[in-house]
Amino acid sequence: MNILSSFYYRYRKLLKTIRLYLIIAGPGIIVMVADNDAGGITTYTATGAKYGFHLIWFLVLLGPIAYYVQEMTVRLGAVTKRGHAEAIFHSFGSFWGWFSLLDLVLVDWLTMITEFIGMTAAMSIFGVPPLVTVIVGWILMGTMVLQGRYWTWEKAALVFCGLNLIYIPAALMINPPVDKILHGTFIPQLPPGGFTNALFFLLMANIGTTIAPWMIFFQQSAVVDKGMQEKDMLWGKLDTAVGSFLTVVVATGCIVLTATLLPGQEINDAATAAFRFLPINHYVGAFLAIGLFDAGLLGAICISLASSWAFGEVFGWAHSLNHKVKEAPWFYAYYFFDLLLAGTVVLIPHAPLVLITLFVQVIAVTLLPAALVFLILLLNNEETMGEYKNTLFQNVANIGIVVMIIIISTLYGISALYPKILGG
Amino acid sequence: MIVDFFRNAAGGVRAINQKYTTPHIKMTRGVRFSLGVLRFYLLFLVGIMVYKFITTLLH
Repeated sequence: MNILSSFYYRYRKLLKTIRLYLIIAGPGIIVMVADNDAGGITTYTATGAKYGFHLIWFLVLLGPIAYYVQEMTVRLGAVTKRGHAEAIFHSFGSFWGWFSLLDLVLVDWLTMITEFIGMTAAMSIFGVPPLVTVIVGWILMGTMVLQGRYWTWEKAALVFCGLNLIYIPAALMINPPVDKILHGTFIPQLPPGGFTNALFFLLMANIGTTIAPWMIFFQQSAVVDKGMQEKDMLWGKLDTAVGSFLTVVVATGCIVLTATLLPGQEINDAATAAFRFLPINHYVGAFLAIGLFDAGLLGAICISLASSWAFGEVFGWAHSLNHKVKEAPWFYAYYFFDLLLAGTVVLIPHAPLVLITLFVQVIAVTLLPAALVFLILLLNNEETMGEYKNTLFQNVANIGIVVMIIIISTLYGISALYPKILGG
Repeated sequence: MIVDFFRNAAGGVRAINQKYTTPHIKMTRGVRFSLGVLRFYLLFLVGIMVYKFITTLLH
């Protein structure tokens, strides 16, 4: 009887723990999975086609890096109850605040364009015209936010996050070479050909799609809008860790797909990869297209919200998804304005959409250190953070990330001006 | 109407600047200078990337 009651007690405790986690879960998973947006899927498929399985280890390393950055936003949001934009204005003044806000607005808008590029490219595989895709995207994104509750929006976003995992069954369906995957995952290596400009560009794009400025603003504001408290931080961190794990798994799935089925082929975007998959395996091609549309949709939802929240925080508008349109008109107005502007660019004939997609990732990662430095400074302020301020290890890890990104961005800048330095 | 919109927006910006005149985290002159250098350096790098984008497009 004792064993039974002990088992029953443990079972009930486990259920309660899982239920509590599911209540708190949301911002971390959403931001990390949305991180595998249309630009990200494009980058991963291009990486797999060009370099095979050789760079999976690099993506695996980016997972913990993304976690250490995003985990800071959980603490900052839960303790200060302020979004990131407001936190910068409050702590550093209006000069640095405007700089950060305008950075965010520009990069977010450019990234939004890439999301619509991904969605239209994905649906073109099924013969859907871009105009129809853009309009359907607007309607879906509008419907999600207009029901006036953060929780409802979050649960809908989590459904789309689940759909984003479609790359995993797709990768399993093609019987990929497990030995090569394991070798590429656990043995750091350069692909044949060594360091070239093209490799550098893709490495930068991979970093830029894994850690982006909008993610910092989004997760912190989502934590505040969700009403997370300091006592919930452990669950918030677990949420972020689960999200970063899923990010790496999905990214690996994308690489495995193109590395297995399209090795050595020039793939500039995920839609091209999906087209080429169709004759090989119709389901895999369809899954990639659906996943690409989902990635673009999820990315667009989160990025436009990140900007809307930031503007609302700074301008003092009502800026919560718990407000209806009448209660927060400017918040929703900015959200829809962002969507309309980005979607319209995609409809411009002959726009260099693929080039835009890859370059935006690179620009985003270049501007990331500016956002990270403020985040680190905020997390080291004892007056604000108290016992939740950064530990020495966290400071070392995050400053290391900042330094690494600055060095890589500088090297890319040099290679852009003097292409022959790295060759090819 | 458009003039009123921009006038209101400018007023909003002035109000924000006034609200956040005094930073709550004291940064030394060295830290402020370093942040400024970092910021403009990163914008310089972005400028190089935009140049690369344009040249790639033209070719």
